[in-house]
Amino acid sequence: MSEQEAVESAAREVGAFLERRREQIAQRWADAPLFRAVFTVSRDEAVEACKAVLDALSEVASAGRLEDVAAPGFDRVRDQLGRMAGSRTRTGSSPAQIADEVAALRAPTAELLRAEPSDATAAEAAETMLALTVLMGTLRLVVMQTALSSGEALIARQRQQLLEVATPVISLWEGVVAVPLIGTLDSARSQVVMESLLESVVDRRARYAILDITGVPTVDSLVAQHLMKTVAAARLMGAECIVSGIRPAIAQTIVHLGIDLGTVLTRASLADALAYALSQQGIEVSPRAGGR
Amino acid sequence: MTSPHPGHAAAVPVLALGETLLVTLQGDLHDRTAEQLQQDVTHRIVRSGAAGVVIDISGVDVVDSFLGRVLAEIAESARLLAAHTVVVGMRPAVAITLVELGLTLPGLTTALDVEQGMELLTRSRPAAADRRGRGT
Repeated sequence: MSEQEAVESAAREVGAFLERRREQIAQRWADAPLFRAVFTVSRDEAVEACKAVLDALSEVASAGRLEDVAAPGFDRVRDQLGRMAGSRTRTGSSPAQIADEVAALRAPTAELLRAEPSDATAAEAAETMLALTVLMGTLRLVVMQTALSSGEALIARQRQQLLEVATPVISLWEGVVAVPLIGTLDSARSQVVMESLLESVVDRRARYAILDITGVPTVDSLVAQHLMKTVAAARLMGAECIVSGIRPAIAQTIVHLGIDLGTVLTRASLADALAYALSQQGIEVSPRAGGR
Repeated sequence: MTSPHPGHAAAVPVLALGETLLVTLQGDLHDRTAEQLQQDVTHRIVRSGAAGVVIDISGVDVVDSFLGRVLAEIAESARLLAAHTVVVGMRPAVAITLVELGLTLPGLTTALDVEQGMELLTRSRPAAADRRGRGT
C-alpha cells in the first residue's frame, strides 16, 4: 500500500469512526469548556451543536480533504462556529484562548479512538491517529478564520454606519441645507460629507449650504483644506457655502497655523449663517406685530 | 483630442432666449468644437446684443483642465463684450474632480440649474438695460 493510499484510507477510517461514535463524542464535547460556556441554558442544545460539528468533520474526512479549510463540509457549521467564537469573544476570551479550547476537543476524541477495538496494525493505527490530529487542527483553523472574518465584517459595517450616522444633511429652509459636523474629520469622512452635501444641493435645489463645525474638536491644516475644497465644490455647482460654529479657540488655532480661510464665508453660529442665507434671499423674519 | 470626423465636428448649438444665450454642452468637447463654440458665442453676443450667457454642463460627465479653461475663456471674452456668463448644472462628481485637480475656476459665476442661472442674470440686468438704452 503506497503512502498516498495509506493517508486516504486513514482519512476514511477517521470519517467512519466519527460517524460511528458520534453520540459518545458529542456527549464528551458537550462537557468541554467551549460548548459548555456557549450553551449555558440546555445541555441538549450543546449536544446537538456538537453533533452538527461532528457531521461536518466526518463529511470532510470521508471526502479526504483533511487539511482543506475551504472544504464544503465546513460551510454548514461555519455560521454556528462563528456564533460560538463570537459569544466567547464577548465574554472576554482572547483568540488564543478560543484556539486552545478548540484544541482541547482533540483529547477526548483521541481517547475514544484509542479505545476503539480494532484489528489494524500499529502503523495503521498511528496513521489514523495522525489523520484525526490533522483534522482537528483544520477545525481549529476554520474556527479562527470564521471568528476573524466575522469580526472584520462587523468593523466594516460599523464604520459604514458611523459614516452615515455622522453626516446628516438637514433642510433648514427652502433652498438652505446644513450639515452639522460632529467628531474628528478625516479624509474618508470629509469625502462623504462633501458628496452628501453636494447631492443634497442638487436634490433640494439649495442655493445656500451651511457647514456647521461646532462639534469638531480640532481644526488642523488638513481639516481646513477639506473645508475649503467642499466650499469650492459647492460654489462650482452654484451654491454658496457658509462655514459656521467656529469656536474662539479654533479661530485662534486657525490664525496661529497661518491657514488662509479668506475664500470661505464664515459666521459665528448656525443661527447667524441661516440669518445670512435668508437675508441674501430677501427673506425677512420679524416678530409679528401685537404678538407676545 | 480629435474628433472622429475632423471636417464635421458636431457644433454645439447656441440658442437665443430673449436677452440670453443658452449653450448646452453634451459629452466630450473636442478641441475644434471648443474653438468653434468660442467664436459662435462671441459673434452671437455682438450680433444679438445679448446681455447674458448660460452654459449648461449638466450633460457633461467628465471635466478636465481643458474644458475648465474653455469655460473660463468664454466667460472672459463674453465679459469683454459686456455679457455676463453663468455656468449651470455642474454635477457633484464633476465639482469634486475639479476641486481635487485644484481648478476652482474663481472667475466663473455658477448656478444650480438653467432656471436659477436665468434668474441670476435677470437680477444683474440693470446694467444691461442701461447699455441698450444708450444704444437706441
